[in-house]
Amino acid sequence: MNFDPLTFLGQTLALLLLAPLLSGCIKNWKAKLQNRRGPRPWQVYFDIAKFLRKDMVISEHASWIFSLAPYVVFLTALLAGLMVPMISAPAPLRLFGGVLAVIGLLALGRFFLALSGLDPASAFGGMGSSREMTISAIAEPAMMLAIFTVAITAGSTDLSQIAQSTQSATWKLLNPAHVLAFAAMFVVLLAETGRIPVDNPATHLELTMIHEAMLLEYSGRYLAFMEWGAAIKQLVLMTLLVNVFFPVGLAGPQASAAALGISLVAYLVKLLALSAVVVIVETTNAKMRLFRVPDLLSTAFVLAALAMLSTFLFG
Amino acid sequence: MFVQDTLLNRLKRGCETMAYPKGAAPALPDRHGGALRVDAARCDAKCGACVTVCPTEAIARPAGKPVALDLGRCIFCAECVTVCPTKAITRTGDHRMAVRRREDLVLGDASKEQVRLAQALDEKLRRLFGRSLRLRQVSAAGCNACEADTNVLGTIGWDLGRFGIQFVASPRHADGLLITGPVSKNMELALKKTYAAVPDPKIVIAVGACAIAGGPFIGHPQHHNGTSALLPVDLYIPGCPPHPLTILDGLLRLLGRLDEPTGIR
Amino acid sequence: MMESSAILLTFTLWVYVAGMAGALLFQRAERLANAVGFGLAALGGACGVVFSVSSLAAGQGMTITPVTLWSGPIPGVRFVVEADALSCFFVLVVSLVGLAISVFSLGYVRTYYGRKNVGVMACVFNALLLVTTLVFIAGNLWMFLIAWELMALLAYGMVSFEHEDRETRQAGVLFFIMSHLDAACVLLGFLVLAQAAGGFSFASFRGIGASLSPQQRDVAFVLFVFGFGIKAGIVPLHIWLPVAHPVAPSNISALMSGVLIKTGIYGLVRVCFEFLGPPPMWWGASLLAVGTVSAVLGVLYALMEHDLKRLLAYHSIENIGIILMGLGASLMFLHTGHAVLASLALIAGLYHTINHATFKALLFLGAGAVLHATHTRNMEEMGGLAKRMRWTALFFLVGAVAISALPPLNGFVSEWLTYQSLLHGFGTTTSLVRLMFPLGGAMLALTGALAAACFVKAFGITFLAQPRSDHARDAHEASLPMLIGQGVLTAACVFLGLFPTVFLKLLDPITLQLTGHQLSQQLTMANGLVLSGVAAQGGTVSTLGIMLMFGCLLPVPLALWAVFARKARTRIAPTWDCGQRALTPHMEYTATGFSKPLRMIFKALFRPRREVQREYDFSPYFATTLRFESHMEEVFLTRIYRPVNYGLLRLSRRLRALQAGSLQAYLIYIFVTLVALLLFAL
Repeated sequence: MNFDPLTFLGQTLALLLLAPLLSGCIKNWKAKLQNRRGPRPWQVYFDIAKFLRKDMVISEHASWIFSLAPYVVFLTALLAGLMVPMISAPAPLRLFGGVLAVIGLLALGRFFLALSGLDPASAFGGMGSSREMTISAIAEPAMMLAIFTVAITAGSTDLSQIAQSTQSATWKLLNPAHVLAFAAMFVVLLAETGRIPVDNPATHLELTMIHEAMLLEYSGRYLAFMEWGAAIKQLVLMTLLVNVFFPVGLAGPQASAAALGISLVAYLVKLLALSAVVVIVETTNAKMRLFRVPDLLSTAFVLAALAMLSTFLFG
Repeated sequence: MFVQDTLLNRLKRGCETMAYPKGAAPALPDRHGGALRVDAARCDAKCGACVTVCPTEAIARPAGKPVALDLGRCIFCAECVTVCPTKAITRTGDHRMAVRRREDLVLGDASKEQVRLAQALDEKLRRLFGRSLRLRQVSAAGCNACEADTNVLGTIGWDLGRFGIQFVASPRHADGLLITGPVSKNMELALKKTYAAVPDPKIVIAVGACAIAGGPFIGHPQHHNGTSALLPVDLYIPGCPPHPLTILDGLLRLLGRLDEPTGIR
Repeated sequence: MMESSAILLTFTLWVYVAGMAGALLFQRAERLANAVGFGLAALGGACGVVFSVSSLAAGQGMTITPVTLWSGPIPGVRFVVEADALSCFFVLVVSLVGLAISVFSLGYVRTYYGRKNVGVMACVFNALLLVTTLVFIAGNLWMFLIAWELMALLAYGMVSFEHEDRETRQAGVLFFIMSHLDAACVLLGFLVLAQAAGGFSFASFRGIGASLSPQQRDVAFVLFVFGFGIKAGIVPLHIWLPVAHPVAPSNISALMSGVLIKTGIYGLVRVCFEFLGPPPMWWGASLLAVGTVSAVLGVLYALMEHDLKRLLAYHSIENIGIILMGLGASLMFLHTGHAVLASLALIAGLYHTINHATFKALLFLGAGAVLHATHTRNMEEMGGLAKRMRWTALFFLVGAVAISALPPLNGFVSEWLTYQSLLHGFGTTTSLVRLMFPLGGAMLALTGALAAACFVKAFGITFLAQPRSDHARDAHEASLPMLIGQGVLTAACVFLGLFPTVFLKLLDPITLQLTGHQLSQQLTMANGLVLSGVAAQGGTVSTLGIMLMFGCLLPVPLALWAVFARKARTRIAPTWDCGQRALTPHMEYTATGFSKPLRMIFKALFRPRREVQREYDFSPYFATTLRFESHMEEVFLTRIYRPVNYGLLRLSRRLRALQAGSLQAYLIYIFVTLVALLLFAL
């Protein structure tokens, strides 16, 4: 078992530090497209640092689930991130899980997040939990079908293997199956990270919240862990999308320092490009009514099914 | 295509946020006179014109002093300015009015012609909130003018978010309350519960004449005459309603984010 | 069977018999009957576990020799017992679950003291365990069918235990009818085989499918799927399951859901993999399709329930669907000649069988504890139990995480294996059929996510927030035997989740016998830490590794706490209610409200109808009474079973015309029949 503590630590640090920055970048770019200056990209660091230092207020009706959930959300997001290749193809924990484990871990985090929404006996939290579980349930088939398409082409559910197999033939990147699967996964990304048109991450109206509604009762360091965990989850899903579908420049195992450097630059460029697309989608769309979201996710499912069909037709 | 048009339009318009505080503050409108200034030395001992004309009884002639103008009760109608024969009360056109202590709003003493502006929070709180402040707005039975002017701070011209200040829905996520309105008896429970729901350390900001001292509703049995009756207030921003610039100035002053030295002018 | 294991098995069976006798003997002394009956059942279960684990672990050392249990005066009627690898696996399932339920029952049946005959329940419980074990180890048709029938009768008796309730009586009757329908189909299927084999022993049935004509094999397959399918509860043959499981006493529900429906799976595996010979493609494909439909529909109906036990019953349908997906895929791989993949799919199906048995029984026992404490099955009246029933809540949470297929528990492992087999299935054939694999995978993902949603609802509404009724407010923790019973199953779930590579070794003899391959070596990596798929580089997972990594990464948030938040205090305060006077339990989210979005999304399936009635004095905006009713159409009842029923009744009414009542008419019938037979014979 080739477990490299250096890459493990490095990727952990990268996940922890890059996630809030990415969140902040997206907020900043959205603001710029709204013709205002917006908060600085590193504003989220200050927010998290402040929440960590504040006192906490906990509901009298909440049980131990409320206190456990922030740790579960934070750790599952971090663990899932360690299974996804960021800069070098063999992810630090690739042996412990591939794409199915990543999806499973994120689902575990979501399970406890939803429970913590119901725990304080607040109707807002219940609403958030109900909507979050509904949307993630409808998004799952599209995600799984898109993942299956790439996994079938690569012959494995190991993410590093999929990335390397896609890398080996660059023409594959424009393969219709590949593009359709990417489109489906992009829609699923919007749903899973709670972005417009599925959920509004900046809303302060309780009736339009989904993710925020479940966090309504959290304060202090628990809130910091929840927000940080959500940011890490977003980073993990975006990394999954860029490195699995466009592993251009991804360094292989035992790569030289130069190759790692190129890989890092390529990764950041791809990440920022994907963030730019997300920002454009958020700026040019309005949040959908909750009961229209299944239509959107069914479209994603159809795209993924078309991707599967074209894998079938064109080998 | 819709997307293309939107993007091109937005990119063409560019950044519309004002340069303040790194640049000059936008000019106050003509009707808004800015803060008032009281030169008690000019005051005529037998004249009481300003006292009778003030609709909220903000001006008094206490024993031993010529005149005392409580900016916290003032609704800035400027009737006293019009009626004063000696021009003892004048408008300065200065938007800066926020104070930390209630007594700093009472003008008229020597060396208290103008408002003693707010000092920043203490070191510990400034380190905590200086770069990231989240406020929960509580609208406690006012006319909503203060809420409207606070809301303006979120528009693209003002963009409160660039300072790390944000309004949030849940008091658990908040670092303090921003209260407007005279706090009616009906809103007493809600206000107290909101305050209790905010985790420590927390601050309270009272915006507008109503929240400071009851405004036009002062003395009404159904009101508490402002926030101080129920909660400890950290920042008072007078006005009826205060100009967004006043509110912004107050917030930044509290967090120590303004470059100019604060204090007495 | 080796000597020692044969002795152990015999001992187990006799312990059950002793339990039956003891319980009946002491039925007047309730506590003694309880202790003796369920105590001996627990002992029998423990022995069964030891027997099956040791037999499976012995691996290739297992020689299968049929043993005649009883050979009576009637010629040709013998009861033969034969415990091969597959039987031992299912005996493990029944014994493990039986052990836990017996321990649980020691505490649970105390609610029946003075009301009902506990001795009879203990006796029938032991008898159920005995005949179920006999079903699994049956070596010939007589043993199998008699044990099958006894199982149905005893289960009927237990379902109707609280027969004072009309609902219970009706549920029992429905269960009885469906059981006999399935016994009839199974009997007909076996008769087709017996006709070709010329005998009734299972040894003679092995591979008999090769000597049948394809039509006969297809007919037999359809009969078996119907028969075993009714027992297992696949859609559309499932209507008895959500009716019978909730009304039975909770320990019986756990046994039924955990074990009895697995007899259907056992039957299907036995006939499809051993008796019917090489399967054509459509067998596996139809099982995969039926499994997928059952899984999705099962979980969708479960989401709409607010009766805790009905919800769990529908989840059994879902999980049986998942097991069938694995089995169907395995049959398809056998057809295309990919024996290794067939083994993988079979392992996935069997692993899910034992996983479902453990976590479903755990959940039913938890529901039983909740029912015991709050006297209601309705989730809308529960709440706040996590603070009043701490251990039960913890065990139920483990069960909920397991059934939602979340890492690192056992549901995740078996679904991971199922996904792997579906993934590799795409490359096994070039026909259109291979699209079923990824579509099946997508539907499996849908059911997993819906199951998670359903258990957030089930756990959240039942245990979290404020109590919604006085019953819930006054709830108390379950007694110690009930907690131990749940604890045993929780430990089993955790073990099966964290150590799959250890458990896979036990499945080796089964796959060796049925598909000719042993896979545990191939599926294990890194000294048993990591579970891998069949292809080299095919993807790996390690639930134990994930748990270890949780431990390794836990210092990160703890360090953040230590560095930043050491001086932060925590204050307990009321929930934020927007400044209202008080937050009452009426303002919490309800189970019906939780699943409303899904009800709206799938309204084509559910066809919900709602009725609102409002009474008011002077203005409709100030109603004095509000009545809300919401129905869902029971699709299978109204569109399949009732039309079939009415059709049959109409037909029989027409045929009644034959019963003219006149002697002359009957004489003519006999005459005509005789003439026809003579002509036919000639």
